[in-house]
Amino acid sequence: MTVIITDTGFGPDTWTLGYEGDTALDLPSDTDPVQLSERLAAQVQMIRIAFPSFADGRGFTIARHLRLSGYKGHLRATGHLIADQYAMARRSGFDDVEISDELAARQPENQWLARANWQQNDYQARMRGGSPAAA
Amino acid sequence: MYKYNDFDTAFLAERNAQFRAQVERRIDGSLTEDEFKPLRLMNGLYLQLHAYMLRVAIPYGSLNSAQMNTLALLAEKWDKGYGHFTTRQNIQYNWPKLSDVPDMLDALAEVGMHAIQTSGNTIRNVTADHFAGAAADEIEDPRPIAELIRQWSTDHPEFQFMGRKFKIAVGGAAKDRAVLKAHDLAVRVVQNDAGETGYQILIGGGLGRTPMIGKVINDFVPRADLLPYIEAVVSVWNQIGRRDNKYKARIKITVHEHGIDHIRARVDARFALIRPTFLGADQELFSEIKVHFSPPKFRTGSTTPYDTAYKTDPVFRAWADTNLADHRVSDHAIVTISIKKHGATPGDASAEQMRVMATLAADYGYDELRISHEQNVILPHVHKSDLPAIHAKLKQHGLGTANIGLISDIIACPGMDYCALATARSIPVAEQIATRFDDLKLEHDIGHLQIKISGCINACGHHHVGHIGILGLDRAGVENYQITLGGDATWSAAVGERAGPGFAYDEIVPAVERIVDAYLSVRDTAEETFLETYRRVGMSPFKAALYPEAIKKVA
Repeated sequence: MTVIITDTGFGPDTWTLGYEGDTALDLPSDTDPVQLSERLAAQVQMIRIAFPSFADGRGFTIARHLRLSGYKGHLRATGHLIADQYAMARRSGFDDVEISDELAARQPENQWLARANWQQNDYQARMRGGSPAAA
Repeated sequence: MYKYNDFDTAFLAERNAQFRAQVERRIDGSLTEDEFKPLRLMNGLYLQLHAYMLRVAIPYGSLNSAQMNTLALLAEKWDKGYGHFTTRQNIQYNWPKLSDVPDMLDALAEVGMHAIQTSGNTIRNVTADHFAGAAADEIEDPRPIAELIRQWSTDHPEFQFMGRKFKIAVGGAAKDRAVLKAHDLAVRVVQNDAGETGYQILIGGGLGRTPMIGKVINDFVPRADLLPYIEAVVSVWNQIGRRDNKYKARIKITVHEHGIDHIRARVDARFALIRPTFLGADQELFSEIKVHFSPPKFRTGSTTPYDTAYKTDPVFRAWADTNLADHRVSDHAIVTISIKKHGATPGDASAEQMRVMATLAADYGYDELRISHEQNVILPHVHKSDLPAIHAKLKQHGLGTANIGLISDIIACPGMDYCALATARSIPVAEQIATRFDDLKLEHDIGHLQIKISGCINACGHHHVGHIGILGLDRAGVENYQITLGGDATWSAAVGERAGPGFAYDEIVPAVERIVDAYLSVRDTAEETFLETYRRVGMSPFKAALYPEAIKKVA
């Protein structure tokens, strides 16, 4: 099982339609966001991007590119992310983060909530006059 | 000099609190060693051969006396009484305890300093011309734009877990003193035909095991486009750069494999998306930052004390001839303090020496200091009448060596004495070369000659761009030193050519001596530098000097 993390902490998955239908995409970290944005179907409401390792930061660029290209649906980072990356994920345009129960036990809710203040102390927002990097 | 505003201060306090918590979470098991590693690296903390090493950023090489005094405090309170200035305008402490590091970072924050992104697969400390704001040949002080880039790159959410590190350097003068062409991305202040100031951008330079000279990706980026343009470059590379092999991950390989035109097209497309997110706040910030770097009010007065000392004191004259550079104001000079005393570790300064330099800056130098990529310390603004007093003080503290640009002004990486990656010693080789040529009393006659030494193929000692480059390798458990000749770290950048088989540890200093003897015998005049001579005559006379046995066999 997995845990969904938002600014209010741990919660259950509210996306009930799975990733098999044509409204959701489940993407690996080597996805080319340029091609993806060009072909993205209008009915897609959920895109989940894999982080096979916390050291693979390509997902941040994919999320950012999707937002810059106008994608307004849900964006979820899934896999091996650590609590210290929560702010990066949010600032790059992700709505939430999905981790395993095992990782959630090792890095409990308070460690993620410590980064729920991601809208503060953000040089990118400052450079862009208040809006976060992905806006 | 840049002074932190409330935002910078609050950011740094939060960041340091996060790191303190990360250390605790490592200890309580919340973070595995693998997970902790990039977090400590992006806060400047390495694990070296014998201990942790903390690498503190000196952004674009600029600091004031209070900051230098804090660097001294760190050395004394939490280390062994010294620090090591690096080729990327950082200072390294080689012996801190992990549990002390959060306190060290808090002490740095009190004077507006940090160790953020001095390591890890992040955008590293932004470097710049060490004569910035003082050089006679400057178009524009590169530090305001370097500070803007520092702020933009700090904690950038997209660029904290990249395939590899990314180094940016900024230059604003006719001469390149920042090794621009050996950086992942270089920003060069230029003017277009309409007289507007903008930036020429180079990418794909780098040293390491695959040395490459940077290529121009854009000849003129207007001021307001700079941050989105750099962001587009890094974003494209973060996406398409290789992650299968860390030795092929740097942008120089991406450029090499895809071609600069392909990269440029991708960057242009990405730039078109990013540019609209910059609504002008960055330009307002830039205007604020610029005010911080207004030149000091230069004092005027007679230069007689300088003229007299120059005429009457040969030791002072020798120092003035090598260690001073032209200042933009004619009665001022730029002083380079050599951290390369003969026989000492290049770039190492004691806490006492740091305090002496801080005091000199406060008393005579408008409270400004710089660190050069050549691992020396600079007083950028000094009225010439103060030079004799400064020189006298420097001499008392082992800082009066007159060797800037000479054969003993060597760049050397820490090598096997400290570094876990090293395959050979660098520091003792540098020490022995300096001592040998000092004994021969030849170095002023030899003139401008840069030796750069790396203790492994990663080339932290810049050996590829040394006039004489020395690369220490491990050959079946024995140190072996390869020599390259003709490298150049300036705007006419070149990667040195390998001379031939390597030399054993006890053969390398005599080999360098033979190269220098060959130069002295083939140079046209005493004014023709080593590099000029090499470019005129090529490798063969040096090869003959290095390998006399091989010549005999052929003959």
